[in-house]
Amino acid sequence: MLFDIEVNGKTIKARRGDTLLMALERNGIKVPTLCHIKDLLPSGACRMCVVEVEGRQGLIPACSHPVEEWMRVRTHSPRVVKARKTNTELLLSNHPDDCLYCERNGNCELQKFAEDLNVRERRFYGKKNKYKTDPSSASLMRDPAKCILCGRCIRVCEEIQKITALDFIGRGNKVQVGPAFNKGMNLSSCINCGQCVMVCPTGALAEKQYPAKLQDALHNPLIKTVIQCSPTLSVTLAEEFGLRPGKDLEGVMYAALRKLGFDFVFDTSFGADLLVTEQATEFYNRLKSGTALPMFSSCCPAWIKYAEQTHPDLLVNISACKSPQQMLGALISNHFTSRAGIKADEIYSVSAMPCIAKKFESQREEMTHKGITDVDLVLTTRELARLIRLNGIDIQQVEPELSDQPYQSRSSAGKMLAVSGGLTEAFIRTLHYLITGKETTQLKIQELRTVKGRKEYFVKIGEYKLGFAVINGIGNVEPLVAEIKKGRTDIHYIEVMACEGGCVGGGGQPIHPENDNVKARAKSIYELDEKESNRFAHQNASLQEVYHSFLKQPGSEVSHTHLFTTYEEREVMK
Amino acid sequence: MEEKQFLTEKVLASKADLSQKEIVDFLALLRHETVTRPVVYIGSGTCGKVAGADETLAAVNHYLYEKNINAEIVQVGCIGLCTYEPIVDIQLPGKARISFRNITHELVEPLFDDIFNSEVPYDYVLGQFNNSRHNRWENVPNITELPFFKYQHRIVLANCGISNPDSITDYIARGGYQTYLKCIRNYTGEKICNIVSQSGLRGRGGGGYHTGEKWEMAHNAVSDQKYLICNAAESDPGAFMDRAVIEGDPHLLLEGIAIAAYAIGATKAYIYVMDEYSQAYFMLNQAINQLKEYGFLGYNIFESGIDLQISLVRGPGAFVCGEETALINSIEGKRGMPRPKPPYPALEGLFGKPTVINNVETLANIPFILRNGPLHFNEIGVAEARGTKVFAISGKAMITGLVEVPMGTKIGDIIYKIAGGIKDGKEFKAVQIGGPSGSCLPASQLDLPVGYESLWDQGAIIGSGGMIVMDEDTCMVDIAKFFMNFLQKESCGKCIPCREGTRRIHEILENITRRPNGESGYEVLERFKGIMQLADLSEVIRDTSLCGLGQTAPNPLLSAMKWFREEFEEHVFDRKCRAGVCKELRLFYIDVDHCIGCVACLRKCPSNAIVGQPRQPHFIIEEKCIGCGICFDVCKFVAVKLK
Repeated sequence: MLFDIEVNGKTIKARRGDTLLMALERNGIKVPTLCHIKDLLPSGACRMCVVEVEGRQGLIPACSHPVEEWMRVRTHSPRVVKARKTNTELLLSNHPDDCLYCERNGNCELQKFAEDLNVRERRFYGKKNKYKTDPSSASLMRDPAKCILCGRCIRVCEEIQKITALDFIGRGNKVQVGPAFNKGMNLSSCINCGQCVMVCPTGALAEKQYPAKLQDALHNPLIKTVIQCSPTLSVTLAEEFGLRPGKDLEGVMYAALRKLGFDFVFDTSFGADLLVTEQATEFYNRLKSGTALPMFSSCCPAWIKYAEQTHPDLLVNISACKSPQQMLGALISNHFTSRAGIKADEIYSVSAMPCIAKKFESQREEMTHKGITDVDLVLTTRELARLIRLNGIDIQQVEPELSDQPYQSRSSAGKMLAVSGGLTEAFIRTLHYLITGKETTQLKIQELRTVKGRKEYFVKIGEYKLGFAVINGIGNVEPLVAEIKKGRTDIHYIEVMACEGGCVGGGGQPIHPENDNVKARAKSIYELDEKESNRFAHQNASLQEVYHSFLKQPGSEVSHTHLFTTYEEREVMK
Repeated sequence: MEEKQFLTEKVLASKADLSQKEIVDFLALLRHETVTRPVVYIGSGTCGKVAGADETLAAVNHYLYEKNINAEIVQVGCIGLCTYEPIVDIQLPGKARISFRNITHELVEPLFDDIFNSEVPYDYVLGQFNNSRHNRWENVPNITELPFFKYQHRIVLANCGISNPDSITDYIARGGYQTYLKCIRNYTGEKICNIVSQSGLRGRGGGGYHTGEKWEMAHNAVSDQKYLICNAAESDPGAFMDRAVIEGDPHLLLEGIAIAAYAIGATKAYIYVMDEYSQAYFMLNQAINQLKEYGFLGYNIFESGIDLQISLVRGPGAFVCGEETALINSIEGKRGMPRPKPPYPALEGLFGKPTVINNVETLANIPFILRNGPLHFNEIGVAEARGTKVFAISGKAMITGLVEVPMGTKIGDIIYKIAGGIKDGKEFKAVQIGGPSGSCLPASQLDLPVGYESLWDQGAIIGSGGMIVMDEDTCMVDIAKFFMNFLQKESCGKCIPCREGTRRIHEILENITRRPNGESGYEVLERFKGIMQLADLSEVIRDTSLCGLGQTAPNPLLSAMKWFREEFEEHVFDRKCRAGVCKELRLFYIDVDHCIGCVACLRKCPSNAIVGQPRQPHFIIEEKCIGCGICFDVCKFVAVKLK
């Protein structure tokens, strides 16, 4: 139901049940917000969205106050602007003055507030809180000094991901955000999904970086540097350079990486094809023997950590396949090195991922070979873009190139792992071939391409009636797990991605205040699939060549040695 | 058991005839109106215990045992005269109850010797209680004629310090729980909401919202479950009336809760007691168990079809948990941080259900209103505020303690007529009303009547009713600093203006009370810049804070600056504190005529600021002096003086 309210002297339409902020935004009136997250319950903590409402004594927050018929609102009166400015100045008075050295310099919401509100003078002096940074996590850096206590990370972690690794600690101006008992993040229940990083307005939460190590390796003539790029990367990198969200930069990216100094450039989509082939075989074996079903996917390291700490009894149900990154990493250090005649300690293997949990994954003990990590360094999309800029490469002037042999070709099925449901689609294509010996004709599965957090799809392949479930956003996994523990049996394969939308919405992706590019990225992936000539993972020519020369066949002993892993129960503070 | 059977069958039953002589006599016995053996009452509220009531109790026990006297001991709550604790009352059979003050354990023996010989130690007498059935003591005033009680109108505190708080029979014998039974037998919830609305009762916790309206809102809300919460998280510095009510008359509160829960349709009530109130928690727990025993809690209470559960919740001891939405979060097991309003708790509160949150004093008024009807209550007080208000008087008043006065009483009357003015003949300077959210009022405002809008117009609030009296030795800058420090520490840290703003205000106030020695030009500039921001910053904190704590946080500062501006200016410009409280601003000099050169001050000076030869007058080097005042304290010849 619509009704009129008066805003800044003009009449606008408002809808009953909306908050004032929604009504204003719908009419194109911008009110700045800081603690607000779309679609979550308002917390009303930052007081930046305050507006003046006639008849009210104080200023009221637009984000949490319902819009009412009698309202006469002023969104930018001098009193309101003064209040916003003063609150920004108060934040700045307790914020380290090291913007130029900050990870988020130039992409910081606090900085933007200070600029928009024209803060040009230091009005409030006084003590600043001193904190130590928490470098304990393999994926995350937490710097409480830069935290402005907006609470967005807490709400994303609690309300969307349902992990609750972070909360407020302390009282008064000593409040800080941290894990339980203010111990290190490594001991907490954090699953390294990085969604907190995506919503952090300042540099208080960021991925862990090792730029110096990489620079050394790149410029050391004795070391061969290898990089593999996630299937997601080619459709998100463009955003970092101000190009259209979803624009595919695959070939350009390979060329740019070579310009950076990488000796060999591979595509993790090859690893994805390998994963799909191996996992489908593993699943088919389980299906035939009827053990350890339903099978959970294993390519999301955040999900793996979640399962290890929350559902140790389900670990047998998780596919033993390594993730694509680790599969390709293992191939590089075991297959590629011997083929190219490089010694194991002369190779520096890097991966670029849309994810910060991959940093954690690459450091896992199971992912090392004789004490040497298969993947030595994981970069996020953001770090890779920064590296490209640092080396003065104009991405718009680069001519596309192909990735390197022996892992050059890829199918669009591997590429589909970037989106939630994509793995299952690719998986079904290969599984269909395994069971029936024929390729499926139904390539597009619309049920798995919706934006819902939990999708289900039932299909008959050969003699088997199979059920597939797709979870994106780790917060959605618990109800399904509960159903399965209660005895639900019609689901056979479950794909879990910890981030909403899958890897396209990962914690290593470009940070925008309104993180709404996920759809464009997914669309781009689906378009790629439509155009691609090879849409089946098992038909990948390079993959077939690797099987022929090295792995023999899916599920072989060699595969087991290099491509499979184990999981164990993990104790964390909860 | 016999008592219980008698009470439930003959008194609380639906067709009880209370005018039968047998019942009247038995009830008089139960409420100690008539006694068959001596009864000793000992004020054992927290204030009494701090003053030594436990030792007095031991001494009394010892005395009675030694002399082989068969007497009953009743531990009562606080009657309001905290200054005079431990208070001991004695009631001999056939004699009126007589009250004595400051009876520490060593005074027990002489006192009892006198009393049992029918002599009155007049030095310690407070007064005697009016009782038509008994003989009066000669030359002993009625306790109600004392100035302290004469101007009071006690509704909430009526039985505090008089009745036995440990006993439900005492409460029932005084007519307790009959109002509740009347309500559930005869009234609908709507009717009760109407009566409370008509009475004009407003919240006593600070906000002053109309209680009846709040109840109606919750009553009309449609929900399968509703909750009532009694807010006993009283943590203002200088406020202790809720504690006194709970310790002195817990059943009065419980009856109020039961009625309120029935009125709004709640079957579950919570009492949120702050952690520091261990005795209050114990008393409530005991009283709730008694209620269960008598069948007032549980399902189908007295065959009425009404259900009620009361749970005690122990708060974690944070000031902000007194704010209603933070309190709700705290009961839900979450961090005690306020939520944005709306949605108001009356529609969407505890666990998302309609919830009414009332202060202890508000609920303690309910039985009176429903027993005597709304009009009777409506006659007390003034138009904007009906009924009475309990104030906790502390500070430099002659008598500190609890007073209950009709709304509209002048502040000056409370301080001078009831509390007896200022101690030690000092000059009155200010009275702080309403705790950390309230403000300081100067002598010129003593004619203000207590109420909601009347105080609001002067930038003050009634708050929960703390009243801190200050004399000339108090520094108003220091008081403002104290409250800002309290608030910056107790802020939950959720919203920016409250978290960062109070801290900066506190720092600015610290800057102007800091000794200027060695201050650089830059620091002086910072100090002045800070002072210029005070008013601006206060306005933003008030305008934009999330909850009441932040919105009222600048009040102590703003009121102090309004009424005592010259004191602030002295601190800022002259670097002087007239009360001598701000130590770092004190400047000392040595009077050469009095100094004999004993070197006592020179030896003790921690900053080597005193120079001089033995037997020669000494001097203080001002640049080195830190204002600690040790020289002032050690000088036996009054030679060190304050500039």
